[in-house]
Amino acid sequence: MESSIISISHLAKNYGSFQAVKDVNITVNKGDVYGILGPNGAGKSTTIRCMLSLINASAGSISLFGHDIKTHRKEALSKIGCIVEKPDFYKYLSAETNLAIFGRMAGADVSKKNLHKMLSFVGLEGREKDKVNGFSHGMKQRLGIAQTLLHNPDLIILDEPTTGLDPQGIIDIRNLILNLKNEFQKTIVLSSHILSEIELIANRMVIINKGITVVEGSVQALLNQEELLVLFEVTDSKAAVNSLTTYKNIHIIDPHHFEITISKNEIPECITRLQKADILVYGVETKRKLEDYFLKLTKA
Amino acid sequence: MFLKNTYNEFIKIAAKPRSYISIAAITVLVGIILFAMKIDGPAYISFITASFEQTLNFEGKIMNGNLMAFIILQMLIVQIPLLVALVTGDLISGEAAMGTIRMLLSKPISRTKVLLSKYTAGLLYTFFILLWMGFMAVIVGRWLFGDGDLMVLNSDGLVIIPANDIAWRFIGGFMIAFLALATVATLSIMLSCFSDNSIGPIVSTMSVIILFTIIGTLDVPVFDNIRPFLFTTHMAAWRSFFDNPLPIQAIKESVIILFAHIGIFLSIAIYHFNKKDILS
Repeated sequence: MESSIISISHLAKNYGSFQAVKDVNITVNKGDVYGILGPNGAGKSTTIRCMLSLINASAGSISLFGHDIKTHRKEALSKIGCIVEKPDFYKYLSAETNLAIFGRMAGADVSKKNLHKMLSFVGLEGREKDKVNGFSHGMKQRLGIAQTLLHNPDLIILDEPTTGLDPQGIIDIRNLILNLKNEFQKTIVLSSHILSEIELIANRMVIINKGITVVEGSVQALLNQEELLVLFEVTDSKAAVNSLTTYKNIHIIDPHHFEITISKNEIPECITRLQKADILVYGVETKRKLEDYFLKLTKA
Repeated sequence: MFLKNTYNEFIKIAAKPRSYISIAAITVLVGIILFAMKIDGPAYISFITASFEQTLNFEGKIMNGNLMAFIILQMLIVQIPLLVALVTGDLISGEAAMGTIRMLLSKPISRTKVLLSKYTAGLLYTFFILLWMGFMAVIVGRWLFGDGDLMVLNSDGLVIIPANDIAWRFIGGFMIAFLALATVATLSIMLSCFSDNSIGPIVSTMSVIILFTIIGTLDVPVFDNIRPFLFTTHMAAWRSFFDNPLPIQAIKESVIILFAHIGIFLSIAIYHFNKKDILS
């Protein structure tokens, strides 16, 4: 049985008459890489800030590791490492001193050995004594991740961890997150506006729109519910279409390519039928992904 | 955890360039005053004692280290609140401006402890600033001008304090001055809790001091009832230690008023900081 380590129920946050969050419900299980998705202003960051008690919720309940964040804040936060929005550090201090400051607050081992180990894990070895002032955004993000790991938390919360990074930086951070999951067995919650990131990293997700949970569940299951636009590369597209007459949404692009709208589970059946008709399949590309699903839900 | 966090706060204060502005300013100002007194001191003293010379005959070394220390304290105690607010007003709002407050307040330590750690570090800094001023005024003053009886001119007339009766008065005076500066530090930290930028609390602190000082000095009956309760009225209470006899009751009242302000400012700061939504 999966054990839930985050349980948010009917969360609401009002700023005067403006409702930033209306009704958010989230359940994160141990070992999940959990994605929080939503367009700008959907309430993702407000939800994360409420989770960390940076913002006082107007209504609803937040339980972390079985502790109510309002009444047992210290116990709940002791098992969490986080970066909210962007990793901001004391620019006039070195990477090592910054880590030591935040580590001490979390009750972590701030020996030089441990600090250097963490900096090395995130690829900042040799930069221990450098002031953060000279760090790029990507380096600060990695330092932020090192900071989250210092006290060996069970849960890591990353708010838009790839925002503002260059393509290589995005790949580095993605790999770092996957390492946290695979090597350190951490539970990870991340929000991102780059939806493909969630698809690549997360196993469960929630989509929030206008402060309300639209859908929550396994990324795989949610995507499988949807029909995909599948592009086939074959020896003869006309013959291929003739062999798939039972499918409706099918059209030829050129002599070697055709598109068909089917569910993911129907792809093997299509390939089998093409092979039975002596048509060789050179490639299959699914074109409908999380972006389409996300847009469909948030525009509804 | 509280001590560890206070240590953190002290590291931050010690690493900030602005923390050294006060030390540099005090060093330069005291240096200028001592230099000026070394050059033109006798003329300055003659100007002050001129009105007494018809009735009194001054013997011995009037211009000594103790007098220099007293003059320096009197001149600089007005500027020191600004130097204190420069650092303490930035303690909370500076974190909000930098964005580090998000990281700070998502750690497993209560907001009250975070605030009190900063407050303690701020008070230690204030104490250090005062100590530096005391060192420059008393130690360097005595080293340059030597020891001697202290001649103090106050509203009741001329008070002459023998050299062997001065040390405890300076210690007492510095303690009251520290209490006054601690009140300023508490005020600026309280204002810092309401702001997300560094400049606001510093300017606001000085504005409050100026406003209260004006109210305190305006000889208008409508302010008579509130004047004794303004902390600015008691910021110069350190001078009472150089009166003869010592005005114990007045000193007690000043201590109570200053402590009351510290209590009120700190309570407001803790309440607001705990309720505050961190949006920066």
